[in-house]
Formats: sequence, C-alpha cells, structure tokens
Amino acid sequence: MLRSATGLPSVGRSTPRLHLAFNRHGVWAIYKHEIARAMRTLVQTLVTPVITTSLYFVVFGSAIGARMSSVDGVAYGAFIVPGLIMLALFTESLSNASFGIFFPKFIGTIYEILSAPISYLEIVIAYVGAAATKSIVLGLVILATASLFVPLHIVHPLWMILFLLMTAITFSLFGFILGLWAQGWEQLQLIPMLVVTPLTFLGGAFYSISMLPPAWRTFSLFNPMVYLISGFRWCFFGKSDVRIVLSVALLLGVLGALLLLIGWIFRTGYRLKN
Amino acid sequence: MPPVIAIEQLTKSYASGVAALQPIDLTIERGEIFALLGPNGAGKTTLINIICGIVTPSSGRVLAAGHDILRDYRAARSLIGLVPQELTTEAYETVWATVAFSRGLFGRAPNPEYVERLLHDLSLTDKRNSRIMTLSGGMKRRVMIAKALSHEPEILFLDEPTAGVDVELRRDMWNLVRGLRERGVTIILTTHYIEEAEEMADRVGVIHKGNLILVEEKSALMRKFGQKELMLHLEKPLERLPPELAAWRLELRSKGYELGLALDTASGLRIPALLKQLSELSIEIKDLQTHQSSLEDIFVQLVRERA
Repeated sequence: MLRSATGLPSVGRSTPRLHLAFNRHGVWAIYKHEIARAMRTLVQTLVTPVITTSLYFVVFGSAIGARMSSVDGVAYGAFIVPGLIMLALFTESLSNASFGIFFPKFIGTIYEILSAPISYLEIVIAYVGAAATKSIVLGLVILATASLFVPLHIVHPLWMILFLLMTAITFSLFGFILGLWAQGWEQLQLIPMLVVTPLTFLGGAFYSISMLPPAWRTFSLFNPMVYLISGFRWCFFGKSDVRIVLSVALLLGVLGALLLLIGWIFRTGYRLKN
Repeated sequence: MPPVIAIEQLTKSYASGVAALQPIDLTIERGEIFALLGPNGAGKTTLINIICGIVTPSSGRVLAAGHDILRDYRAARSLIGLVPQELTTEAYETVWATVAFSRGLFGRAPNPEYVERLLHDLSLTDKRNSRIMTLSGGMKRRVMIAKALSHEPEILFLDEPTAGVDVELRRDMWNLVRGLRERGVTIILTTHYIEEAEEMADRVGVIHKGNLILVEEKSALMRKFGQKELMLHLEKPLERLPPELAAWRLELRSKGYELGLALDTASGLRIPALLKQLSELSIEIKDLQTHQSSLEDIFVQLVRERA
C-alpha cells in the first residue's frame, strides 16, 4: 500500500536548486556509480588482468626472454613491462569508458542523465574520470605484479605517473566517444579489437622497433602506439625508440583532437538527442 | 501567479521529416494535475521529452517556473522530475543506491533521512537493499517514482504511470499523486487509461497528430461535450413510433425493443410525463437506465472528428 506522500516536506515556490556553475553532486554520483559497477565485478576488473599479465611474463619473460639477450641494455623481462602496462591501459580505458556510456544508452537509463541539470563537460569529467581511475589502478596493479617477476627501477617516476595519467584520460575519452557512437555491441568491440589491440602489438609492446628492418621501422612510425609505448618505456629506462618530446606532443595532440570531437558531439547531440 | 510551465509555439520535426509536434502553445498552472491524452504516436512523449531536456525542440520556447529549458537548463531541470514510460533501471543496483544516485545527479546533497522517508511512503523500505532485478513490475514502477522524486521536484511528469500496473496499485498510485499535489507538486501525466484522467485531472489536453486540439477544465469538458441519455427497454417491440410520441424526439433501436431519449435539462424534468404517456399508450417498460458520456466517449469522439 502506498502512502499519500504526506510524510514528505512541502515543495518551495520555484526556487531553483542549482545556481552553481558546477554540479559537483552530479559528477560525484556518476563517478561513484561507475566505480561501484567495477567493484561489483572485481574479479573481472582486477584479477583477470593480473592473471593475464602473469601469463605474459611466463610466456614472454621466462620462455622467450630466457633465450633473448637484453634489449637496449635492459633485460627482456623488464623491457616488456611498460608495453604490458600500456596494452592494459589502452584496452581497459577504452572498454571501461565505452561501456560506461553505451550501457545507459542500451538499457534506456540515459534519459536520466539527459534530463538532469548537468552539463556535457560534467558528464565527460564523471565518466572519463571513472574509467581513467579504473585503468590507472589496473596499471599500478600490473606494475606491482610485474615487480614480483622482474627487478624494476623507474628512472623518471614523476613522468611515469604523468604519462600513465594522460594516456588513461586520452583513451578513456576515446572510449567515451566510441560508446556514444556505437549502436550495438558489435560496433562497441570493433575499434578495440580490430584497431587498437593489433596496433599495440605492432607498436613495440614486446620489442624495440630498432630491431625491425629499416622499411618496417619507417612504416612503424605511422603507428601512434609506437610513440606512446616508447614514451612510457623512456619513463622507466630513460631509453626510447622515438624522442620523448614527440611522444608527449602526440599524446597532447590526440587529447586535443578528442576534446574537439566530443565538443562537436555534444553541441550537435549526435547519437544522444533527436 | 505565472504558470509553472509555459510552452510557446513549440515544434518538433525529426530528421526523417516526421513532424512530431505542430506549433503548440500551452500553460500549466502551479499545483494542478494536468492530463495529456492522445492516441499512440500523437506526440505526448515527444512533448514531455522536450520539456525534460531529452529531445531538442525544432523551434519555440518552453519556460519551467520562468526558466528557459535551453538557456537556463540547470535551474529548469532541477525543478523537474520525470517518471518515464519504460521501466529502465540498472538491474544489479540496489533500490537505495539507484534513488541516491538520482538525487546526486540532480545536484542535491545526500539526505538519507529524506530518501528513507521517500522509500517509506512508496512502501519500499523493506526493499531498500534489494537488487532491482529481484523486484516485481509494480515495485519497479515505485522505484521509478522514487527516483523522480529523489531531488524534491516541484514539477512531476508521469508518462503512462500505471501502464501494466494492477488495479490495486493503480488506485494506490492515484492516492500518491493526490498526496503530491497536496504538497504543492504540479503533475503532468499522460495516460491511455481515460479513467485515470477522469479520476485525477483538473484539466485535460488532447493531442492528436502533433496538434493540441483541446485544453479544457475536466468538469467543463464533461459539461460541454458530455451527453446523458435515457434508455427504455420495452416488454414488447414497437414496429414504429406512435404519432402521439412524435414531440419527444425518441429514437427506436434494437429491433423495436429499446427507446432512447437524449436528455437535456428540459427533457430530464419531463421524464414522469413521458412514462405516464407510454403507460397510456399501453407500452410496457421492462427496464430503464441512464447513460452519461465518459471522458473516454468524449476523447474518442474528438479524435474521430479530427481523423
């Protein structure tokens, strides 16, 4: 039996509750909601990547690495750590952010986001912030796991944190755009599976592009993942395939382009509003 | 006092070329229950979705408590709550989490006491930690209402609030809506159940093919378009009306077994005279009944006229 809502207070007379320029409660609500979803699937979110990373170390680090000399003066087991973290960061940022916004679209709860007094920028901050948080935590867990297998010394720890942060934000933003664009589960998986993962494997996650024949080396320089993995590896070992300035410039360039794209999507309501 | 919702020359055309709303002008007064009626695809949900910010209008202006829904969207939306037609919630969330989420989303600071009271008033207290997937359809509908009320809105849109709800819960919902109105909440509802509008609404709007074809006080509408009729069921059929009854404007139906008389104030007062005359003509009456047009009759008549 429903009560006749008499226990609730009377409403005021048109006193808008939101004069603030920033809806912090709204941003926090979405952020918390997204983190809570990850906590509900903790095994899938954290344990699976840890097991996968451990397997990479067994296969690449121990089995293959034992037969390989060092790369650029770095033991092969340690050499693949930045690549492994980047691989996880790319895929997890993409999948977390794309799923985060695609799922409400898919089940229809997006109506609540669209009807709330929350700006597009705040929506992006909340979803991208949550996705980036999850992938950064995962990256750190993988780093901790890796340190159990190989001795690690990080030459530029602050740069490493900054790179981790920027990469997570950039790919989460990319994922968010994918989630807005996707109209079905297949489309949602298309870019991560067919573009990002192959490019990451070909981007020097498990090798230095200096090991490639000259033609392939030049060809690899058209792969943006090379710059990101190389930049992240520089943070660890102070050595890279391409200059760190180029890596940072590419990261900032991609981030800027994605911000422009998201601005256009929200201005036009593309695949969000009719 | 200015209207709580003011709609001026609002139109919506989709990219496909479908004109969902023709220019619409409508004002809704503070504290009233306004029922928006219309057949499927008439434009009811489009209109609600524009006001709530889910659909972008093609032209026109909407003010919610004086705030433009596009330019001053934060102020406007913070005053509005929406219960959508579909039961769309995240299955794995708990009732408490989803209601608290909605409150935060609408910019309100956490208030466990308020949420607790809200759940109590919606008979959801014992379900507060249940996952939504475990709830019945009726319970889910209550959760949707709790979410819409979580930020203490002044204007509440109910899009088909009792679709798929059993009779008892429907009556309970009506009581809840009346209770909300007593608190000063303005309620705009769309419904397929004309009985619902008849039961609750102060004013009724009829929308058809994107046009608002009528807005009227419910009681005035019933007076204006409503008809009352007296039906007399005869013991033996009549082949034709006796000439003595010509002055009564009676209608012979059901193969002569039924006499119908449209009642107005004058004819209503003369019913005893008619019965006396029928008796004098040895026309025996088996049964008699009166029929008052319902809002549904009026709605069907209006829509048919515009078809």
